[in-house]
Amino acid sequence: MTIDAKKLNYRTLNEKLRCVDEECTITSCMGQRFIASGMSNKSITIEGIPGNALGSYFNGGTITVHGNAQDAVGDTMNDGTIIIHGNIGDAAGYAMRGGKIYVKGNAGYRAGIHMKAYKEKVPLMIIGGRAGSFLGEYQSGGVIVVLDLKRKEKKCVGFFPCTGMHGGKMFLRSRCEDVVFPSQVVKRNATDEDKMELRGYLKEYCDLFALDLDEILSSEFTVVTPDSKNPYRQMYVAN
Amino acid sequence: MKKEGEIRIPSGCAIAAVISKEKKNISGDLIIKSMVPMHDRSNGLGGGFAGYGIYPEYKDFYAMHLFFNNRDSRKACEVFIKEYFEIVKSEIIPTRKLPSITDEPVIWRYFLHPMRSMMLSLQLDEKSFVARAVMKINTELDGAYVFSSGKNMGTFKAVGYPEDVGRFYRLEEYEGYSWTAHGRYPTNTPGWWGGAHPFSLLDYSVVHNGEISSYDANRRFIEMYGYKCTLQTDTEVITYILDYLIRVKGLTLKEAANVIAAPFWSTIKNEKDRRESEVHAYLRKIFPSLLITGPFSIVLGFEGGIMALNDRLKLRSMVVGEKLDRVYIASEEVAIKAMDKSVEDIWSPAGGQPVIVCVEEGQK
Repeated sequence: MTIDAKKLNYRTLNEKLRCVDEECTITSCMGQRFIASGMSNKSITIEGIPGNALGSYFNGGTITVHGNAQDAVGDTMNDGTIIIHGNIGDAAGYAMRGGKIYVKGNAGYRAGIHMKAYKEKVPLMIIGGRAGSFLGEYQSGGVIVVLDLKRKEKKCVGFFPCTGMHGGKMFLRSRCEDVVFPSQVVKRNATDEDKMELRGYLKEYCDLFALDLDEILSSEFTVVTPDSKNPYRQMYVAN
Repeated sequence: MKKEGEIRIPSGCAIAAVISKEKKNISGDLIIKSMVPMHDRSNGLGGGFAGYGIYPEYKDFYAMHLFFNNRDSRKACEVFIKEYFEIVKSEIIPTRKLPSITDEPVIWRYFLHPMRSMMLSLQLDEKSFVARAVMKINTELDGAYVFSSGKNMGTFKAVGYPEDVGRFYRLEEYEGYSWTAHGRYPTNTPGWWGGAHPFSLLDYSVVHNGEISSYDANRRFIEMYGYKCTLQTDTEVITYILDYLIRVKGLTLKEAANVIAAPFWSTIKNEKDRRESEVHAYLRKIFPSLLITGPFSIVLGFEGGIMALNDRLKLRSMVVGEKLDRVYIASEEVAIKAMDKSVEDIWSPAGGQPVIVCVEEGQK
């Protein structure tokens, strides 16, 4: 079924969504916030521009956006998959605790800030383009992958990645020679074992966006994990 | 009730801007449209707009917009104005009655020519003379407040949602080459007409989303140079800082951006361009009290252009899009699409990276 979002405010739009069980397409979306917030088992496609906090507290199902998304996509999401066929704004996957966010394009600042994990709940975020500064800030669990598929002269991440990171894992498709990491994390080149793990994460992503998985995996990857010997270091004091 | 500036209550706001690089006319109607999808970013306690190139017939005179409490405060203020300026024209700013906009003050505009004899006796250049007169009215005259004072530009603001404020001031009847807009969600002050954005002084106007944490440090510094912060809102101090750096100290826009959103020392140390690194370090050392910390995204309007800037940590969102002669800036992508659906390749500048757009004959 189709919901024409023109002139609907976010509350009315979400009330309509809550009543739908079948697959649903939202057309003429114009910045409505909180779409599908806290909902479970929904299959939603969005045409137009969803507003901030798309799929916040999302609890299962699929959200597909044919275009760009704004800030705080998947804030505290618990389960399900959010697929963005464009770029994503700042603070994507904020405090995400489960589920997957697949972005075809670039991510803004603070992607994966305070992602966490618990037992079988391991959130995953894959960014096809570049990521802004403070990627994985305070990351305490889960997996973040940055592919930088268009690879131009710019770095694949901005400044201060992994600030305050104390859990989880990050894969960056680059040697990261020009990236400065804080001292509480360890970076190393991906081993065959890491790549096996990465293959598992990338399979669905590559199918979705019609990418060659083997070709991507043939590149060099940097793996970043917290250094458990020195977990707490701050940057905000001596600025 | 206590007025704004007398109370402090312990934001989300919305900003937008459009400029024609070829200095073509844009109706005020367009910028109102940008604020509609961002309605929820404001809470109805303030909205405002600034338009540049809107008074071509009076472009050589300072256009002063004033709020008065009543007829008496206007009469008293006019006596003051006549000591400093020749009044070329004075009129009530046309407005439209709307149920959503209430308690309006008396709103007038004056086109003014500074009194040469007065300027000579005070030994001030023209702009400093006008700035001083504005400060005097705003701090010494009860019931009068200047909220716009540049040439061939004007600020329009009120308590209400921005789209209502735009209709209240009949902005569709104005045309300018650039516009900025603001929807307010005041977090520290109760929200009064004068406290809405844009804040302006001479031809500088600032719209701001965020809440800076360096307000008092900045205020203490800037008040040493003749500025008076009367409203306790952080945007006022940003406006005066930019006026001081650009007009008084003669910094370029980019240098001013490097002062208020200075790169971290660690970033400066690692900069590959030695010259750039030295300039950044120099500016931080000369103006340490003008570093603005805490979240902000701002658009500075000035004669001939606009500058958009995020705080260095980028704690607020801002996106930029371009189509033909026009450049669009907004807190959300959807606001740009509301102005022109066909804009593609919308991008977000990095924290501390100024986006400067000037009309072709532009300045700096």
